[in-house]
Amino acid sequence: MKLAIVVQRYGQSINGGAELHARYIAERLRRHADIEVLTTCAADYVTWRNELPAGLETVNGIQVRRFPVKHERDPLDFGRRSDQVFQRPHSIADELEWLDAEGPNSPGLVSHLGKHAAEYDQCIIFSYRYHHAYHAVRAVPSKAILVPTAERDPAIGLSMFGPIFRGVRALMYNSPEERAMIQAVAGNQSVPSVVVGVGSEIPSAVQPQRFRQKFDIRGPFAIYVGRIDENKGCKELFDYFLTYLTESQGRLSLVLIGNSILPVPQHPRIRHLGFLDDQDKFDAIAASDLLVMPSYFESLSMVALEAWALGRPVVVNGRCDVLRGQAVRSGAGLYYENQQEFVETLRALERTRWLNVSLGRSGRQFFRDHYDWPVIERKYLDVIAGLANSPATAAIEDVPGWLERRRPACRPAREVLAGVPAGAVLAAEPPLRRPDGEAKPALAPPSPTPPRPRTTPAPAPHVHHHRRGPHRGRPRNNQQRGGA
Amino acid sequence: MSEFNVRADSVNVEQIMDQIRARIREKRGVDYTEQQIREMATAKLEKFLDPRGVRSDLLERFRSAQPTYVPPELPNYAFEEDTLYESHRGPLRAIRRLLQPILKLFFNPGPLIQALNIQSRLNTLSAEREARREAARHGMDQLYYEVMHNLVVETTRMAIEVKNLKMKVESLTSRLEFNERRARALESVVVYKPSEGPGATGSPHTTSLVTSAAETSPNVGDQVSPVAGPTPTAEGPGQRSRRRRRRRGRRGGGSASAIMAETSAAAITPESSGVAEDVPGADDAGDEPEFVESGSEADQPEPNDRPADGDPEPQ
Repeated sequence: MKLAIVVQRYGQSINGGAELHARYIAERLRRHADIEVLTTCAADYVTWRNELPAGLETVNGIQVRRFPVKHERDPLDFGRRSDQVFQRPHSIADELEWLDAEGPNSPGLVSHLGKHAAEYDQCIIFSYRYHHAYHAVRAVPSKAILVPTAERDPAIGLSMFGPIFRGVRALMYNSPEERAMIQAVAGNQSVPSVVVGVGSEIPSAVQPQRFRQKFDIRGPFAIYVGRIDENKGCKELFDYFLTYLTESQGRLSLVLIGNSILPVPQHPRIRHLGFLDDQDKFDAIAASDLLVMPSYFESLSMVALEAWALGRPVVVNGRCDVLRGQAVRSGAGLYYENQQEFVETLRALERTRWLNVSLGRSGRQFFRDHYDWPVIERKYLDVIAGLANSPATAAIEDVPGWLERRRPACRPAREVLAGVPAGAVLAAEPPLRRPDGEAKPALAPPSPTPPRPRTTPAPAPHVHHHRRGPHRGRPRNNQQRGGA
Repeated sequence: MSEFNVRADSVNVEQIMDQIRARIREKRGVDYTEQQIREMATAKLEKFLDPRGVRSDLLERFRSAQPTYVPPELPNYAFEEDTLYESHRGPLRAIRRLLQPILKLFFNPGPLIQALNIQSRLNTLSAEREARREAARHGMDQLYYEVMHNLVVETTRMAIEVKNLKMKVESLTSRLEFNERRARALESVVVYKPSEGPGATGSPHTTSLVTSAAETSPNVGDQVSPVAGPTPTAEGPGQRSRRRRRRRGRRGGGSASAIMAETSAAAITPESSGVAEDVPGADDAGDEPEFVESGSEADQPEPNDRPADGDPEPQ
């Protein structure tokens, strides 16, 4: 069996969420199939500049084929086109131009995929919103397994993606919230899908004491791992944490791990350690009392999963549906929606040891049931096997003709998104039987249910989705999202 | 946090969050969301603010008084050198141009043309200046609106904050009064507790006072002992070390009873204090202040205030 993995960037030094996700999947599926990664020469998701050599390369034993990007992203042009398609009525042609402006536009990649489609049994394509993914799905719709990595941002409301979500062979969602959102937007309940997510390479032994000695960290602390960025909610995190220190005289310190593009407050109880290698990162999480995840937009928080794998509770931003859903379903994290809740939540975890321990224990179990590598691998293999046994029947909808493409009939993407039901899916999914026992098919069969109305259960057959009421006001960031 | 009532084997996050929210409500009273504050700012100001000072429909009125600005189309004309002879008919225009020298025999149209041309340019400049001024004024109006809107919202927020702070002050006042009453009660116990013991002499009142003073302030004790004379015979084994421990504890604490005892000690005679040293029951009388001090220890971290499971680092 030969599988193609199509992703916008790939490499050991590339640490974007979707890219890391793709690398982990490629490396894990290598045991079961011949894997070839098709990607671009870009290393930077903002410019898509060609920085890596085109051609074949081997990364961690995986064959990687890189193709050059035709043009770099022009931020001004992209911003203008984003404004056009997100805010105003527009045409499909406008959306396609937006996609071209967003990039990465790699004609060589798409052409290679089209020409060599017969060589691959299936193509696992990552990140629906990028140029390469859209055209890759159109090049090989009968072999396309899409991993959308969709967040609740306006791009999901663009009309051109509807046929993509309806035209692929299968979808591998990261969370039940993502599935509910895409099914509401695209009405693709008939497409086989499964909520998979991604596992993580958790080291077998962690040394929290070593981390404390190395970085001279004493006392209890909360940890944040990731890019220190306003878009990730870090500014709010700093404000809330300073309030926690002054108001409740909390004993926790805050340790930050990751590159910073936001000034970190100068405070003796806030330590920024910069970017750390995996060993230090896992030791740090193991040494911490809890992990904080302040992001508003996440399709799946890998670092939260890592914290759970290490038995640490997580405090997440409750305004992010996915994070809140994960916290509630796992029974392994608390969430906050305002400053007082943040302070009280931290206090509760700081002062109530059994709560901290119980949440950590639940997290460990949740990770083991849903995100351990054998479980993830089994889900992928079941999907691939299921598709091999049932040949493709439906064809992908064509791009509208020249005249139709230019009709300004598309609603603003923000308007479309506003009509999509929001809220966390609170009911837990039944765990997949682990591969050491008899495996249960992970692929959810196609469901004929029509698009789910607001506040009604989601249509997947084995999951009960309890949607919370109307979408609460969430802070919207005007900055255009285009990153991985 | 003992009120978290969740079974250890299955953690219900929503239930814990409900309990956390209940705690927040208990501590801070009602919390208003941003939306609620805005609603109050636009409709229910009179509940929080002086209605004579701010009108509750202020923002609506301001908004309605500000129609959308549309730049006016001002009339103007262009007047050039050949405007007088212009015509949409070609032949007529040619004839006029031919007859122009004849017209100039009768009067000079030059100054007229020049004046009208200047006037036209002035009109254009004036219109542009007026449009700029209008736009600037409109911008300023927008700014005023923003400022006023923010002012009203912030004032509302502050009014709520003041209310909360008043409640907090009331709560603190009542706590302070309670603590004062408690301190007075404890002091009175120290002062008036009758000392028991076979060797007690003098009135119980005086005896207890002297004991407190001697134990609390070593200086006083040092001054007192020589006058009192050598009377260590009543001291049992271990009693000295117990007293030392108590002294050490009180030096840091500085309890109210100790301070009271110090002030009282100034009024007593050295003789009576010497008697007190001999009284075995005096130690018992001194136990009461220790209760006060142990109360302050309650603020220290509890033994189970430890970091998460598996953290080997002693905090």
